Amino acid sequence: MSVGIIILVVAVLTALGYFLGRRHALSLSAQSGRKLHSLPGYYGQTVALFTSIPAFLLLILWLFVQPIVVDSRIDGMIPDSVIPEGGARSLVISDVRRIAGGLDAVLSHGELSESALTDGSIDFSTIRTKLGEVGVALAGDVPTEVFEAAKVYRDSIKTGATAMAILVIALAFGFGIWAYRRIRPDMRARNVSEGFVKSLLIASSTVAILTTAGIVGSLVFETINFFKMYPASEFFFSTVWNPQFRGGSELGILPLLWGTLYVSVVALIVAVPVGLMIAIYLAEYAGKTLRSFAKPAIEILAGIPTIVYGLFALVTVGPFLRDYFAQPFGLGNSSSSVLTAGLVMGIMIIPFVSSLSDDIINAVPQALRDGSYGLGATQSETIRQVILPAALPGIVGAILLAASRAIGETMIVVLGAGAAAKLNLNPFEAMTTVTVKIVSQLTGDTEFASPETLVAFALGLTLFVITLGLNVLALYIVRKYREQYE
Amino acid sequence: MNNLSNITTTTMPATTKVAAMNLSKISARDVQVYYGDKHALKDVNIEIRPRSVTAFIGPSGCGKSTFLRCINRMNDTIASCRVEGNIAIDGEDIYDPKVDPVQLRAKVGMVFQKPNPFPKSIYENVAYGPRIHGLARNKSELDDIVASALQKAGLWNEVKDRLESPGTGLSGGQQQRLCIARAVAVSPEVILMDEPCSALDPIATAKVEELIHEIRENFTIVIVTHSMQQAARVSQRTAMFHLGNLVEENDTDKMFTNPDDQRTQDYIMGRFG
Amino acid sequence: MTVSVAGKAANDIQTKSILAPDARTRRRNAAEARFRLWGKLAVALGVLALVGLLLSILSNGLSSFQQTYIALDVYLDPAKLDKDGNRDPASIAKVSTFGYAPVIEKALSEAIAAKGIVVDGLSIKAAAELISKEAPASLRNFVIANPSKIGETVSFNLLASGRIDGYYKGRVTMESAALDRNTSPEQLRLADKLKEAGLLATRFNWDFFTAPDASDTRPEAAGLGVAILGSAYMMLIVLVLSLPLGVAASIYLEEFAPQNRFTDLVEVNIANLAAVPSIVFGILGLAVFINFAGLPQSAPIVGGLVLTLMTLPTIIIATRAALKAVPPSIRDAALGVGASKMQSIFHHVLPLAMPGILTGTIIGLAQALGETAPLLLIGMVAFVREFPGAPPQGFFDPASALPVQVYNWTQRGDPAFVERASGAIIVLLVFLVLMNLIAIILRRRFERRW
Repeated sequence: MSVGIIILVVAVLTALGYFLGRRHALSLSAQSGRKLHSLPGYYGQTVALFTSIPAFLLLILWLFVQPIVVDSRIDGMIPDSVIPEGGARSLVISDVRRIAGGLDAVLSHGELSESALTDGSIDFSTIRTKLGEVGVALAGDVPTEVFEAAKVYRDSIKTGATAMAILVIALAFGFGIWAYRRIRPDMRARNVSEGFVKSLLIASSTVAILTTAGIVGSLVFETINFFKMYPASEFFFSTVWNPQFRGGSELGILPLLWGTLYVSVVALIVAVPVGLMIAIYLAEYAGKTLRSFAKPAIEILAGIPTIVYGLFALVTVGPFLRDYFAQPFGLGNSSSSVLTAGLVMGIMIIPFVSSLSDDIINAVPQALRDGSYGLGATQSETIRQVILPAALPGIVGAILLAASRAIGETMIVVLGAGAAAKLNLNPFEAMTTVTVKIVSQLTGDTEFASPETLVAFALGLTLFVITLGLNVLALYIVRKYREQYE
Repeated sequence: MNNLSNITTTTMPATTKVAAMNLSKISARDVQVYYGDKHALKDVNIEIRPRSVTAFIGPSGCGKSTFLRCINRMNDTIASCRVEGNIAIDGEDIYDPKVDPVQLRAKVGMVFQKPNPFPKSIYENVAYGPRIHGLARNKSELDDIVASALQKAGLWNEVKDRLESPGTGLSGGQQQRLCIARAVAVSPEVILMDEPCSALDPIATAKVEELIHEIRENFTIVIVTHSMQQAARVSQRTAMFHLGNLVEENDTDKMFTNPDDQRTQDYIMGRFG
Repeated sequence: MTVSVAGKAANDIQTKSILAPDARTRRRNAAEARFRLWGKLAVALGVLALVGLLLSILSNGLSSFQQTYIALDVYLDPAKLDKDGNRDPASIAKVSTFGYAPVIEKALSEAIAAKGIVVDGLSIKAAAELISKEAPASLRNFVIANPSKIGETVSFNLLASGRIDGYYKGRVTMESAALDRNTSPEQLRLADKLKEAGLLATRFNWDFFTAPDASDTRPEAAGLGVAILGSAYMMLIVLVLSLPLGVAASIYLEEFAPQNRFTDLVEVNIANLAAVPSIVFGILGLAVFINFAGLPQSAPIVGGLVLTLMTLPTIIIATRAALKAVPPSIRDAALGVGASKMQSIFHHVLPLAMPGILTGTIIGLAQALGETAPLLLIGMVAFVREFPGAPPQGFFDPASALPVQVYNWTQRGDPAFVERASGAIIVLLVFLVLMNLIAIILRRRFERRW
């Protein structure tokens, strides 16, 4: 029974529970002549909630736990002897899964009977060709242990699915009937159902905590695994980034951090003056018409997906900088460069700087402006000498937020900055960043449990810590600033 | 209507600049102010005498603050505001297109209802005006201007040891005197005060009033106030506004003992407002 | 009248007229004008950046909505396509695409001969290269679907090869063709003659929206079908999961949550999740959903889950603002007639906040639709030609996504893919504009000011 059908069955039971519960409450009240404590619908609702929610929770839990249980069972069946020299256990296990999937396909083609498979009357070589026909090509010899494990895997999955269907539906029935039988006219059905709903609301709000826990947990866990294979001191202090497929990689984060920093600084040099001047002009000078047109136009820049900026860097800005600046001055021949990525990223973060600064400048009390104008200051003197100093903490917060955006940005640097890890000062050279390397290490063909892949988690953790630090600091500064004028 | 202010304006010909300067520092003719469609001030005519204190009184929304803000063109910052008629300082029309409001405001300083020191040090607050107008050639001259302004504002003894601490850290009354010092430091000829004591406690109010009394010899002061007692205490001349009209303008003593206009009488007796 | 020393200093300035600006005022006003100019320049720069960005994408990508086709009458030769002669689908299917290439080649050479076209130095083999390598496959699909047509002559509009298509879009010139291994000036001349003869034409490219991706050597056949479907699946998942979760969490935080540690923790988490780099969510998806929970790679379900987690903070922030905007008097009124708190919220507050919530949700979805980086990490970069099945099972099939398809095409060698990538971006932007328009209309129509 597939998950979809189970969900459908539970949904039908839930609807049924609602109507039966409601009718039951009404008839009880009519029999006994007592008034119901709550509206009849609430009695139906309690039954419906008790029918559906525990069943769905069990379903979700089962879907998560079953693969883990099955995997550990398979793992136990595979002796170390069948793991090829230099290979990894995880590869063998994925073979098991593929064979199991292939067997399903073969069976569904009707070329093999279920019984033939279970009684062991056929040998593996015939299966092998049949597997090949359905698209499961196997490399080299497949030991019998693996084949047996695949059969067990199939069985476990099937039994698991059946057990899940039975248990989930039974749970729905059980709780539904229990809730149905609890119905009395004086039962506080509304309070019960509202309490239930409230606990659902609370559960929903924990998703944010769970997400953070998931992020931190997975990053830290895999980073520890990485540091077991590769020394942490090398990772943090080595100036060479040179991953190798066959081991012996040098994985120093410094060149990546340098590239990240360099690109972000270029971006901020573009975005901070422009964004700040836009904010000042729109807040202090611009008339209604210009404001109503320019403000949304600039905010659109924030809504454009970063892949669009990436493509812009790749096909327009990069070649332009190369042909008109880098090559004529002999500074480089690469269209992807720190400057390309930095300029485009600068455009992207202009709206972050400008709209936050706009808010902050508007929060400066009018009384300060009046005080300055009353002394005979011009508008620009007022802005430079009174408003900006007063708004400075908030603007610093806005810049920090923009910096954190720039550091965490991926697509622009993937398409615009290049892939070569270098410690270099020339902005026309291609350099690479932390995010680019996370993408390249996790989308490559290297095995998961190798330092070359796991290093991505250490990079991710570094990135997470840096951006989190910047955000917390920025939010703290902005909040302090707002309190000052409230 | 036959009151004194109308007689003075109509009988006094403003032919020579000298004559105008002697008798009136600021003269307003037929001033109309509109906020969008709202006619906020109607036909205001007034002569304000130099080196004295003139108080504007009247109920809320009567236009007295609006008129005050016309005198240094602070209303320019409000987009919907339109001023018609003629306001002259020393015989020069301040709404003349050739006039730079920046230069005008250096001549006509302003103190606001709520103390609004800049978020800077006490010293920087006072030095701000002289700096932008280039009144000091060097640091020691600037120091002198700051010290003298703080002395005139009666704040010197309280803050001379902590000139570098932030102006926002002072008490409300001290902040308002700092704002007066800030205005005085530019050496204006006219100082406009928009209810300068409304946010202060009685003791701080008394100090500010004393200060106004002391500096009136050197400046033409125009003060908007809600408190008739304050008008009586600090001013020599008083003008009464009501519903956008200038009802009466007179010597303060006469105004509070024997006003010409019935509305002034009613307001002073507390029948409205 | 007594005048103090300071008063004398004031008198110096008094002599100055306000009608004539002094030198210092003129300098200050010039500085003011300069400052204003800088402001104008910055605004202009910001708007120009937007315009430049859009123009660059449009100029590169609009041509992808046009495609060059060659119209041919193809004789479906039974001797070649159905050697058994029994029209049995199984035996027809045994003829691979290689068996169809000569059929097309023959049809082309007959067409050229019939129109009397002669191009020097062009073999028939080379002439056949005008037609896309995808054409035999589409011909084969047609024959398998319509075995009865074997033996007849059928008119087809076959894709021209990428280089020929590029020739009519200005990407390929006679000079570049002379240096190109994949085409030659003679082929371009033949194409011109075919065009004169009415056999070759450039038309609107519906296949761009419906066809799946194609391999590196066939940019002319690459389409967005799988990517659009994959994105649609993910948006569906995001909508179904994030709207109820986000609204529930917001209601709790805004209406019920007491001031305590737990609430603070949730608040801090939401604020910080909104600023976590998107790629970190990709790492989360890879580690938790794929490695730990064993969900398949490249599947919309994983992408949908990751994007849900990313979208939640946006929806929660918007929903809380919408709930906050409903005045307390509404709640009081409901409570005053004896409704429970839950009833007052679900019957009165929530319906009133709904336009704001939906607006926030659409904006969150629009953000999720354009998100690329996390999807790269969960394997959506894979080359997928098969359409995913119908939901819910299709959620677990491999698929692509619009922004990932763009990235994918930028990584290919043939410059024709840059055009495709820009075209895909236009499609993506059109979707985003539509979503934002709906949000704006919702806000305009239902916005209430209290």
